[in-house]
Amino acid sequence: MSHASTEAGAGHGSYGSYAIGFVLSVILTVIPFGMVMSGDFSRETALISMLVMGVVQIVVHLVCFLHMNTSSEGRWNLLAFLFTVLIIVMLVGLAIWIMVNADMLMMPWMFK
Amino acid sequence: MFGKLTLEAVPYHEPIIMVTLAVVALLGFGVFAALTYYRKWGYLWSEWLTSVDHKKIGVMYILVALIMLLRGFADAIMMRAQLAVAQGGAEGFLPPEHYDQIFTAHGVIMIIFMAMPFMVGLMNIAVPLQIGARDVAFPFLNSLSFWLFVAGAILVNISLGVGEFARTGWVAYPPLAELGYSPGVGVDYYIWALQLSGLGTLLTGVNFLVTVFKMRTPGMTLMKMPIFTWACTFTNILIVASFPILTATLGLLTLDRYLDMHFFTNELGGNAMMYINLFWAWGHPEVYILILPAFGIFSEVISTFSGKKLFGYTSMVWASGAITLLGFVVWLHHFFTMGSGANVNAFFGVATMIISVPTGVKLFSWLFTMFRGRIRFTTPVLWTLGFMVTFTIGGMTGVLLAVPGADYVLHNSLFLIAHFHNTIIGGAVFGYLAGFTFWFPKAFGFKLHEGLGKGAFWCWISGFFVAFMPLYVLGFMGMTRRLNHYDNPMWQPYLIVAFCGAGLILCGILFQIAQLIVSIKNREQLRDLTGDPWGGRTLEWSTSSPPPFYNFAELPTVHKIDAFQDMKEKGTAYQRPASYSPIHMPKNTAAGVVIGLLGAVFGFAMIWHIWWLAGLSFIGMIATFIARSYNQDVDYYVQPDEIERIESQHHARFEAHGQTLNTTSFAEQV
Amino acid sequence: MSTDVMSSHHAAGHEQAHDHGHDHDSGENTVFGFWLYLMTDCVLFASVFATYAVLVNHTAGGPSGKDIFELPYVLGETFLLLISSCTYGFSMLAAHRGAKSQALAWLGATFLLGAGFIGMEINEFHHLIVEGFGPDRSAFLSSFFTLVGMHGLHVTAGLVWMLVLMAQIKTRGLTSQNNTRLMCLSLFWHFLDIVWICVFTIVYLMGVAA
Repeated sequence: MSHASTEAGAGHGSYGSYAIGFVLSVILTVIPFGMVMSGDFSRETALISMLVMGVVQIVVHLVCFLHMNTSSEGRWNLLAFLFTVLIIVMLVGLAIWIMVNADMLMMPWMFK
Repeated sequence: MFGKLTLEAVPYHEPIIMVTLAVVALLGFGVFAALTYYRKWGYLWSEWLTSVDHKKIGVMYILVALIMLLRGFADAIMMRAQLAVAQGGAEGFLPPEHYDQIFTAHGVIMIIFMAMPFMVGLMNIAVPLQIGARDVAFPFLNSLSFWLFVAGAILVNISLGVGEFARTGWVAYPPLAELGYSPGVGVDYYIWALQLSGLGTLLTGVNFLVTVFKMRTPGMTLMKMPIFTWACTFTNILIVASFPILTATLGLLTLDRYLDMHFFTNELGGNAMMYINLFWAWGHPEVYILILPAFGIFSEVISTFSGKKLFGYTSMVWASGAITLLGFVVWLHHFFTMGSGANVNAFFGVATMIISVPTGVKLFSWLFTMFRGRIRFTTPVLWTLGFMVTFTIGGMTGVLLAVPGADYVLHNSLFLIAHFHNTIIGGAVFGYLAGFTFWFPKAFGFKLHEGLGKGAFWCWISGFFVAFMPLYVLGFMGMTRRLNHYDNPMWQPYLIVAFCGAGLILCGILFQIAQLIVSIKNREQLRDLTGDPWGGRTLEWSTSSPPPFYNFAELPTVHKIDAFQDMKEKGTAYQRPASYSPIHMPKNTAAGVVIGLLGAVFGFAMIWHIWWLAGLSFIGMIATFIARSYNQDVDYYVQPDEIERIESQHHARFEAHGQTLNTTSFAEQV
Repeated sequence: MSTDVMSSHHAAGHEQAHDHGHDHDSGENTVFGFWLYLMTDCVLFASVFATYAVLVNHTAGGPSGKDIFELPYVLGETFLLLISSCTYGFSMLAAHRGAKSQALAWLGATFLLGAGFIGMEINEFHHLIVEGFGPDRSAFLSSFFTLVGMHGLHVTAGLVWMLVLMAQIKTRGLTSQNNTRLMCLSLFWHFLDIVWICVFTIVYLMGVAA
């Protein structure tokens, strides 16, 4: 992440980036909450929407609040983050696959 | 007032333990008395305990690791002795409740309190020097990491005399590890010892990643780093990615035990299999954390003592990277039999077999490095050759176990025990012992006695084969692990042989103790005057032995891999600059010691449910950390005149002995 | 547990000649090191999320998410945290301008919003426990309390850190060391908001929708 540098915009953001981030986050929060609270949407639609919007909102936070970018200072951070995402996807994905299979085979009454 | 702690916690009725405690107390008293008599407390505190110098911290890590090796090995020899006799009507001398603690402690100590600190210690000593840095990125954090590790070791050792240790095996599966089946304090000792030392390890991982990525000397691009540094870097990546999983897993078990939650309990919806899944998601990367630095050491040793640069540096780096990444998608092979089904087993089985490929690439690279080299058969080289043979066998048995069908027969049998000891001893332990011998002169200024080192090696490798080859056979014969007694008389001859093997390893350890004593006694004859006793190729050998506390008076500029060898060939090694600039160095601090020891108090208090003490010590840890953050007097500048004095002293020392510095003269010094 | 990663910092003004490249980088190294620590915290949370996912339906005859989650309440908590991310951002911008009292004011606002978030969360937990739906009731509830509670503990640690940092800025001003620490806390605070996005999506929204 950038440190104290002379350029105001590089890596620190501005009121603009926080404002944009805030507005986008509000939208990406209110919509899924609204969809679930209203009950007007099917389960699948709601689930997919909330997951997609959650991911998008995370990206908004990363870019607008955490100022993640591909500049030379930000590159290591981006790399570390992407590697962590890879690990997490593998860890959580495989763990759920393992456990769902184990539960289905070892505790079949849970799935009746 | 004292929670669950009473005087009955001391196992008065166990003669083996009481005798051990008496011996330890005697030795401890002896050490205290010596320190007092020679008035070394001040020196100990200001030069070592509060040090933030990576070289000193590394030495302390290895010292603790070697002491814990003795305890872990004592556990091993007790188990082998018990099994050699406990057949049929004979019960042996270790009842189950005692034996179970021994195999649990043996595993925990050897992996977490012997192998890990040994590796971290070697990394501490060598890596900053290899990259031409003056210290790690966060020296205070380094000290803190060490003392958190010590806190964990203290708890494991206290458990011998106050209370008990876990009886669950080193993996502590629920529901056995839950309160219902382990109501005593043993599992709690396990939990807090691992959490404290695990936090230390995690911080070390972060520390060294920043050090390697940000503090390399000018000209040292990543692909010009020494191969050991690369190996440690991948290890640290594994550490930061996997240790949080252990923290979470043990944390959830803690919540089950302390707050009556139901993550892994049998009742109210808990799922014990999730613990196993999470534990091994950490546990498998952990074994790669142990082995990768050993591979790095072998690479350094082979290239140094063959007088050749490492064959296939780039492919070695990529192979290590592949092992790192693949190491994250194989963990289910530790529980093929838990019941996730054929598809899941197949995926993980295949992935496990694929990992042997990059490992094979490394083996061939070492062989090609040796090919057409002028090999000097020093102790580190013997450890390396021993590793190649031993680890290959262990690796092959691993590939067999990776076949789920085969694993169904062999899981948790002695075949498995033999396999992992094969790889851990043949791989990690041999590697660290090679590294120990290799870098000992750098750390202390004199070499280890070569003959005794070779004696140690031959005892260790023969002892290993005699101790563990019978276990492979016993595995095929159906003997399972963690038995303190058995009925089948056919097994006994093999177990007796195995016990003899343990005795041989004991001889190896005795050789090593003798080696240390003799080497210290004869240190003047074994003195390393130039800093380059082996004809080394990397930057740590360009410093004196031991290096000045600031490592490098002037940061070297690097142009090629094997930077020091390059400098020697170009005749630019040992050049002294016209003048020196002030060097920015960190000050020693007590904060690491205090936080670490408070951590031990906190762990002890949590174990015995002494809540007021737990609260106080926890607040104390935080308060010390905050106080440290207020401290602005944390660094200073070493002035040019002092640097000049130190550097001149080093140059004068070997010039007085009529030695000149050139590229090849050291090769014959061995 | 908050870890304010320390490095060997020099005093605010460097009077003496020294090796270039080291001191200018030490603040940057600290922030990078803290970022790496945050990555480990991500893995920590991921492990607990995975556990939650596996145990979410293990309600052992007790309530499921649908029965106990109140989405309007959670929306309120979410807004508190989101706005606090903005106020922290404004604090950072003020700090870059060297405007100490404004930076402190925005930090104070962040603290209040964060404390409000924690207050609401404690309230939610308290109600559930009093009704007999505490973490000891079922594996699902254990997972819920632990996952959400772990996030709350991190926020609390951040609040303690914030107070200490505010005190340090008040007495010593916006030194380079304090600016580095502000940066680290900023990363921490935004990261916690990101984790909260995962929490409200996977725990609360999915809990009610499923």
